[in-house]
Amino acid sequence: MSDLEPLGPEHLQYPERHYGMDHSHYSWQMLTEREPVHWQQGKLALWVNVSLQYFPLNQRGLPFPPAGGMTMPYPDLRHYSLRDYGNRVGIYRILRALDKYGVKPTFAINGDLVQRTPYLMDMLRERGDEVIAHGWNMDTPHYGGQSKGLEKEWISRTLGSLRKASGQAITGWLSPGKTHSENTPALLAEQGVEYFCDWVNDDMPYRFHTDSGALWAMPLSTELEDQFILRNNLHSETSYAEQIEDACRFLLAEAQDQGGRILALNIHPWMLGQPHRIAYLERVLEFITAQQGVFSAPANALLKECAQPVAEPA
Amino acid sequence: MRSDPGFYDYWPYHERPRLTWPNGARVAFWVAPNIEFYELNPPANPHRKAWPQPSPAVPGYSIRDYGNRVGHMRQMALLDKYGIRGSISLSTALCDHHPEIIELCRERNWEFFSHGIYNTRYTYGMSAEQEREMIRDSMETIYRHTEQKCAGYLAPALSHSEETLDLFAEVGTELFGDEGGFYTCDLFHDDQPTPINLRSGKRFVSIPYSLEMNDTIAYVVNKVEPRRYGQMLRENFDRLYQEGAENGTVMCIPTHNYQVSCPHRLRAFEEALEYITGHSDVWVTTGREIAEFYLENHYDDARADIAVKNGSAQQEAAQS
Repeated sequence: MSDLEPLGPEHLQYPERHYGMDHSHYSWQMLTEREPVHWQQGKLALWVNVSLQYFPLNQRGLPFPPAGGMTMPYPDLRHYSLRDYGNRVGIYRILRALDKYGVKPTFAINGDLVQRTPYLMDMLRERGDEVIAHGWNMDTPHYGGQSKGLEKEWISRTLGSLRKASGQAITGWLSPGKTHSENTPALLAEQGVEYFCDWVNDDMPYRFHTDSGALWAMPLSTELEDQFILRNNLHSETSYAEQIEDACRFLLAEAQDQGGRILALNIHPWMLGQPHRIAYLERVLEFITAQQGVFSAPANALLKECAQPVAEPA
Repeated sequence: MRSDPGFYDYWPYHERPRLTWPNGARVAFWVAPNIEFYELNPPANPHRKAWPQPSPAVPGYSIRDYGNRVGHMRQMALLDKYGIRGSISLSTALCDHHPEIIELCRERNWEFFSHGIYNTRYTYGMSAEQEREMIRDSMETIYRHTEQKCAGYLAPALSHSEETLDLFAEVGTELFGDEGGFYTCDLFHDDQPTPINLRSGKRFVSIPYSLEMNDTIAYVVNKVEPRRYGQMLRENFDRLYQEGAENGTVMCIPTHNYQVSCPHRLRAFEEALEYITGHSDVWVTTGREIAEFYLENHYDDARADIAVKNGSAQQEAAQS
């Protein structure tokens, strides 16, 4: 017999066992059941998001440490400086690669970077690419049980800094580590955010309900992230490129008869901006942009089309 | 606690009685899609955490939901293309949450077997009465929604008690007599079906399900590159096909729609399916059909041979 601590009756009770989801954030609907989207510019949208991040040296790691953060006893100079590398060196290689292939990215930026890297902020402002808020920094996660007041303050400070620095309305949000508290979506909606990129349960945008109005959930695959494939899974750079190319082939084929699709690539300058990796980003961008039916667009442009679907071309 | 669960006796993988499959096939090949529902906020089991973060654990929950929202239709299309009926390891609460998926699989005459109620409810800490009730609920739910008499079991999230297999077999008998509860996917000790020792003496078999070929084990635990996973599947098949010329084997690909159906992984999976089903002497089948055929045609010979092998080994040990 087991001598494990016994379970109470609640372990055989299922209060949410009913049709649809076990929560009220969105409706249950398979992708194939939805009205197909027809992009004006092609079949498959390439959306590249560049995440610009700040990992503080004095990381608290509460209630969990950020992926890619400090792992050694203080001061963990190796990880601090290697992440900082992305904002000093890697980003400039990435920009050059994006421009070479005519890719229109979004930049998801930690609010803390506004005062830390004003030169970079000015340059991005000049470029005019869409900016998405990426939380305050990588050590300020949104998490279940977090104080609502404090979370509201982090969101407000982040949006305020980025709106001022970019001159943009900032309607997109990407949480650090894609984690939430139970209040995150409603707090975002209250503060003028129209879409977030945190839930990885779809390949197309869908409506996400909150008590403060609906948001769009934008699909930004974690499985295809550079840092997930290379750092978490320890796959080779060649495999990274193959995986992106295979995903591109598959989604483009699916888009031929199921409606528009998005190939969403979240990349990190501290990862792909390394000298030995940048060529693999160039390789995948060259491959993707050479495909018939692929076009590049930032998130807000794609959402605009989803909000006002265009008729199927005759 | 026991040092050996006692489910099976040692049985060397050579000089076994010849196992044959229908139409002279060398390999019985089956695909077992796990169609699962993970709860956003399950009651906390003191022995295993469901999620790494406090609820809402968006990263883990949302990728699993992807499997149902997006992935299922992709895998089903591939299995249709290669003439494969899935043998579904089912979180049976999904019958309530997503009946559309159940209906699509039922129309295709896929098999449904029990994988518990939710994959966020673990067996650890359950009393025998609780585990029996959970298993009964799962088997009754499958019957109510599909009219299938559940034959197989894979414990939810592979969480077991010492009594799991006994309870499953007994509930199966109570509900369906000999037509229910007669095989398990929980054991990984062999590449052929094997008889399982239960306290009831019920004729019951372990069907090879393969942890190594499981996409989640490959991708999440072992962090295998997608194309290498495809290669592993083909090489696994090659050897089982080769050996199957002498003595029949079983190959299983356990899948999860949130892993294998991601856009960057489908190509490797499809190439493996095309390769395997492109061979002539393959019995493309389901877990239940393998178990039924084995019970009918091979179970008794296997029992006898196991007794002989263990008897002679014991005699030798006694004489030395």
